[in-house]
Amino acid sequence: MPQVSSSEHPYDEPDDAPATSPGGVPQAQANAVDALLDEIDVTLQQNAEQFVRSFVQKGGE
Amino acid sequence: MTVNETPAPLIVDPSRRIFGLETEFGLHFRHGAVRKITAEEVAGALFHSVVQWGRSSNVFLPNGARLYIDVGAHPEYATAECDTLTDLIAQDKAGERIVADLVAGGERRLRESGIEGEIHLYKNNVDSAGNSYGCHENYLVRRRPDFASFAGALLPFLITRQILVGSGGVTGTGTSARYCFSPRADHVWEAMSSATTRSRPMINTRDEPHAHADLYRRMHVIVGDSSMAEPTILLKVGSMDLLIRMLEAGQALPDLTIARPMQAIREVSHDLTGCALVDLEDGRRLTPIQMQEECLAAVEARIGTVIEATPEVRRILSLWRRGLEAVQAGDHTPVETELDWAIKRRLIERFRERTGASLDDPRIARLDLAYHDVAPGHGLYPALVAQGLIRTEVGEDQILRAVDDPPETTRARLRGRFVRAGIESHRDITADWVRLKVVGDEGKTILLKDPFRADDGRVDDLIASMTSSGTQVD
Repeated sequence: MPQVSSSEHPYDEPDDAPATSPGGVPQAQANAVDALLDEIDVTLQQNAEQFVRSFVQKGGE
Repeated sequence: MTVNETPAPLIVDPSRRIFGLETEFGLHFRHGAVRKITAEEVAGALFHSVVQWGRSSNVFLPNGARLYIDVGAHPEYATAECDTLTDLIAQDKAGERIVADLVAGGERRLRESGIEGEIHLYKNNVDSAGNSYGCHENYLVRRRPDFASFAGALLPFLITRQILVGSGGVTGTGTSARYCFSPRADHVWEAMSSATTRSRPMINTRDEPHAHADLYRRMHVIVGDSSMAEPTILLKVGSMDLLIRMLEAGQALPDLTIARPMQAIREVSHDLTGCALVDLEDGRRLTPIQMQEECLAAVEARIGTVIEATPEVRRILSLWRRGLEAVQAGDHTPVETELDWAIKRRLIERFRERTGASLDDPRIARLDLAYHDVAPGHGLYPALVAQGLIRTEVGEDQILRAVDDPPETTRARLRGRFVRAGIESHRDITADWVRLKVVGDEGKTILLKDPFRADDGRVDDLIASMTSSGTQVD
């Protein structure tokens, strides 16, 4: 991806750019996603359909 | 000294604005009881402790916010008036903690009446039956004769901003199931109107400023998703503020008037490439990416003149641009710790890779609910933040402070201090957005019509009198 020059967009913060080092942050995040999905697997496998269907909200606003 | 006079409205800098967010939480009770339990019963149990100290299920809190049971028996939290985005984010997140704190007491109360179960509270906008409920945004604007065209100029932005600040979700079933930017988009029926429940417009035009009516008006935006991720809230409210600032400074927004707004909002939501073609009234056909880019460019052109380039403004513009680039490239990595739809989509896509589940698999709908669940122990949000999968804008200490204390720089400070004095002195009080009154206090009502005023001698005197007479009564 081309680097946006700072003179063109003076508000851009370099700190906001995602980590570009291969592996590193993206890999750590992918691992974290897997760990999280492992953790809630039991919840997701347990009667998900019945759970979702039983949530009905009467109108508001 | 007793101060009786209503102070004159403060003259405030045009860049200062009062913001507020109203969140309707989905209330879901899971139980194994044989008999039917009504939503009213569950909401009543949830609010039992609130009614005990506030004598009502519709109260203002010591942090200045409003908490109540809304039509349809579900909790609603409205933040206090905030004049900074960090205060607003902290107040909004504090609301999640405040309703979550009611859950254990509510479950206990139900258990005492023989019903064992668990309460879930969703900060989302749709249920399984196709009902929708809202997250409403409030922006205080300077009163002007052309409010309708002023508000109308923002509609193309509001219709297309979902590609950045939508909460994401699956719409449709079977082969037509797809991940969309905003599940709420399917439930909006009108561009502008003064009704909410009947027609559900994008901007509600009811003229209810909760402030000096000759000076101010409240822009009440209904077309928006509840946000979990703090950067999403920052962009959602911050981008609107920048556009309103431009309009208030007499700068025109790009004319992107949409020919068929209702069709456009659905088509934009359903096309995750951001390339749905939207017919404009002038005959052009633009994608939501192009329309958002025009809005962003218009704001950028005013940086340094109408809009000061504060660090916060820089963060808003940076996320706005990175969001558009991510949608354009079809690579959501640059924003997948900041924008709700991208954060949630990463979880869903990974789940599908691992299991081969189709998009309409009930486990994905269950995962979606867990993303929005704020009940203690049930939601994914705390773990996502702890693992660096969601970025934050405010510190935990700021959120905890906002649970107890009002923003320091708006009228909310007066209300919050008054409510706390009522609780501490055991005096019955009534409070709303513009009024404070001690029950039985010779009918004296203090009117607070300036939302920017955080100091008022009348309120100081009232609080002092409550504290002294309260001690005597006790």
